[in-house]
Amino acid sequence: MTTLLYDGSFEGLLTAVFEVFEYKYTEVDIVSFSNYHQENIFAQVHEVVTDVAKSERVLNKIKVNLGSEGISRLLLVYFSEKTVAEKLILSAVRHSLRNPGKNILQDFGNDDILDIAKICKSVGREIHRMHAFVRFEKLQDDVYFSKIEPDFNVLPLILKHFKNRYQDQKWMIFDLKRHYGIFYDLNEVDFFYPDEIPTKDFRKTENLLHEEEVAYQKLWQRYFFKTNIPERKNLKLHHQSLPKRYWKYLTEKY
Amino acid sequence: MNFERIKEKLEILADAAKYDVSCSSSGGNRKNKNGGLGDSHSTGICHSYTEDGRCVSLLKILLTNHCIYDCAYCVSRKSNDIKRAAFTVEEVVDLTINFYRRNYIEGLFLSSGIFKDADTTMERLVRIAKKLRTEHKFNGYIHLKSIPGASDEIMKEAGLYADRLSINIEIPTEKGLKLLAPDKSHSEMIKPMGFVKNELILYKEEKKIFRKVPKFAPAGQSTQMIVGATDETDLKIIKVADHFYQNFNLKRVYYSGYVPMLEDARLPSIHSQVPMLRENRLYQADWLMRFYGFQANEILEKSNPFLDLEVDPKLAWALRNRERFPVNINTATKEMILRIPGVGTKSTNKILMARRFQNLNLDHLKKMGVAVNRAKFFVEFDSHNIFTKYIDDQNFRKIILNGMKSKFANPFSEQLTLF
Repeated sequence: MTTLLYDGSFEGLLTAVFEVFEYKYTEVDIVSFSNYHQENIFAQVHEVVTDVAKSERVLNKIKVNLGSEGISRLLLVYFSEKTVAEKLILSAVRHSLRNPGKNILQDFGNDDILDIAKICKSVGREIHRMHAFVRFEKLQDDVYFSKIEPDFNVLPLILKHFKNRYQDQKWMIFDLKRHYGIFYDLNEVDFFYPDEIPTKDFRKTENLLHEEEVAYQKLWQRYFFKTNIPERKNLKLHHQSLPKRYWKYLTEKY
Repeated sequence: MNFERIKEKLEILADAAKYDVSCSSSGGNRKNKNGGLGDSHSTGICHSYTEDGRCVSLLKILLTNHCIYDCAYCVSRKSNDIKRAAFTVEEVVDLTINFYRRNYIEGLFLSSGIFKDADTTMERLVRIAKKLRTEHKFNGYIHLKSIPGASDEIMKEAGLYADRLSINIEIPTEKGLKLLAPDKSHSEMIKPMGFVKNELILYKEEKKIFRKVPKFAPAGQSTQMIVGATDETDLKIIKVADHFYQNFNLKRVYYSGYVPMLEDARLPSIHSQVPMLRENRLYQADWLMRFYGFQANEILEKSNPFLDLEVDPKLAWALRNRERFPVNINTATKEMILRIPGVGTKSTNKILMARRFQNLNLDHLKKMGVAVNRAKFFVEFDSHNIFTKYIDDQNFRKIILNGMKSKFANPFSEQLTLF
C-alpha cells in the first residue's frame, strides 16, 4: 500500500496519476496535503512534486482516448472536492488505458464510471443552480455583488456564464464557504483571495447598498408573491426545486 | 421613479398574468456579441420557484388588464369588477433591465389585455421589445403574446425582436370557444400562428442561401389550452395538440388545469378542484408524443377517450399491449427500450451505451436510475427474470400498482387497519 501526497491542484493530481504508473504501484491512495490527517501505518508515503510535463502527458492521453468532453468530466469530479475524487479519476484513467479505442466514460455498468456520472450530474446541477440562484445587489460604487455558499467548488466553472451575460456592469461573486471570489471590472474576470478581510465583512452588505437597491428588491419580492397561484399550492414540489439551504441568499425568500 | 405606484401596478398585472403557464426560456440563441446586457442560455434557466411549485424564469406580466373582450374563463374579462392598471413602455423596460441585472430573471414574457383593437395592442408590445433590443442592447429572452387578429406586418416585426411568440387557443374546440368567448373567432386566433409558421419556414430557407439573415423568433411558438373548463375529452385535447405539433411546428403546447375564480353558469362551480392530476397525465402524454415516438392514436382510443388517472399513459399503453413485452434490454432497438415503463430517455441512452461494454441485468438498470418497480415486469436479459411471468396474470395491473406510490395520493386519507 502506498499513499501518494499531492499539493491539491489538478496538475498535481495528474502528476500523481502518472507516477502511479511510473513506479508501478498497484495499491495506492492519492490524498492532497490538506486532507492528509492520519498516517496509515501500513502504507508507504510518497510525496508527489507537481510536474507539468508529467501532468500534460496524462492530459493528452485522456484527450486522445476520451476527448475534451472526457477532460471536462474528470475536471468536474476534481472540483466536487469529494474524498473519492482522486480514486475515481485514477480508476477512469486505468480503465481507459485498458480499453484505448473506447469511450469508457459510457461504460455505465462499471461502478466507478457510474459514480463518476453521478458526481458529474450533481456538480453540473450545482453549476446550474448557481446560474439560477445567484442574486446580485447593487452597491453604492455601482458594483453588483453576490454571495454564495455552493455545495461544490464551482466558482471557476460558472465564471464564463456570468462573463458572457453581464458585460456592461461591474460584478463580484463571493464564495463565503471557501473565502474567495471572482470580480469583473468591465474588462477581465479575476480571482481574488482577500486574506486580510474576514468572511463576516462579506456577509454584511446592508450599509453598502445603492439607494435604489432596496426598492427593486421589494418589487421583486412583491412580484414573486403575486405570481404564485394559492389554489395550486404544492410545498413539496416547492422545496424539492428550491432546497431550503439556498434560501438565505435568495432575495425573494429572505 | 415612483416605486410605490410601480409596485401597485406590478402587483395587479403580475396577478393577472399568472394563469399563463408558459414559463420556459429555452431555445433562445442570442449571444452577447455587442458588449450589451444578457446572453441566452439554450436550455433556459429557472431562477426561482413559487409555492405552487411552478418555476419563475421570466418576468411574466400584462402590459394592461383593460380588455374589450368578455371571455368567461379570464379574470381580466370586461364584465369582471377588478382593479385595472397599465404600464408605460418605459416602466416595463426599466423593470426588465433592473431585474435582469440582478440575475432574478431570464427575460420578459409580455402579454396584454386587448385595448382599442388588436393592432394597437400588438404594436405597443412590439415597441417594448424593440426598445429593449435596440436602445438597451438587451440579449435576454423575450416572449411576446401574439394578439388574435394582429396584422401580418406587425407580426413580422414582432418576430424580429422576440425569441418566442405564442397565442393561447385556450379552448380546444370551436364550439367551446363560441360558448365561453363569444367575441373571439377560432380562425382569427389561428391566423397569426399560421403567419409565424410560414415566416419560420421562410427564415430557414433564406438561411441556406444567405450568410446573414435577421433572426426570426428563434425559440419558435407555443400555445396553451385550458383543461376542465368545458367538457372536452382528453382524446380531443391530445388530437388538437398533435395537430398543432404537426401542422404549425409548435415548440410546446401547455395545458392549464382550470382554476375556478369566477361564478358563471357556463363554467364549473367555483368550489370545484383544480384538475391537477389530469393536467399531469396530459403533460405525460405530450412528452410521449414529443420524446418517446408515440403517435396520438396510440395513447388514446375513441372507445376510451380519457387518460387513466391511476397509471401513467406509458404504463397504460404497455398494459394494453402486453404481447410486445418482455423486451430484451441487451438487443432491443432504441424505439422499443423507450417504450418500457419506468425507463426514461436518459436511462435509454445509458443502456444503449453501456451494453456495448457488457451484458446488462436488472441490477445495472437499478443503479442507472431506472424505476425498476415498474420496469422489472417488462424486461428480459440473459439470466432468468422472475418478474416477467406476471405479465399474463389476470391481476397484473393490481400487482404493479401495489409496487407504486402516487405522488398525488393523500398521505392522510388512508384509514388505518387495526391488525
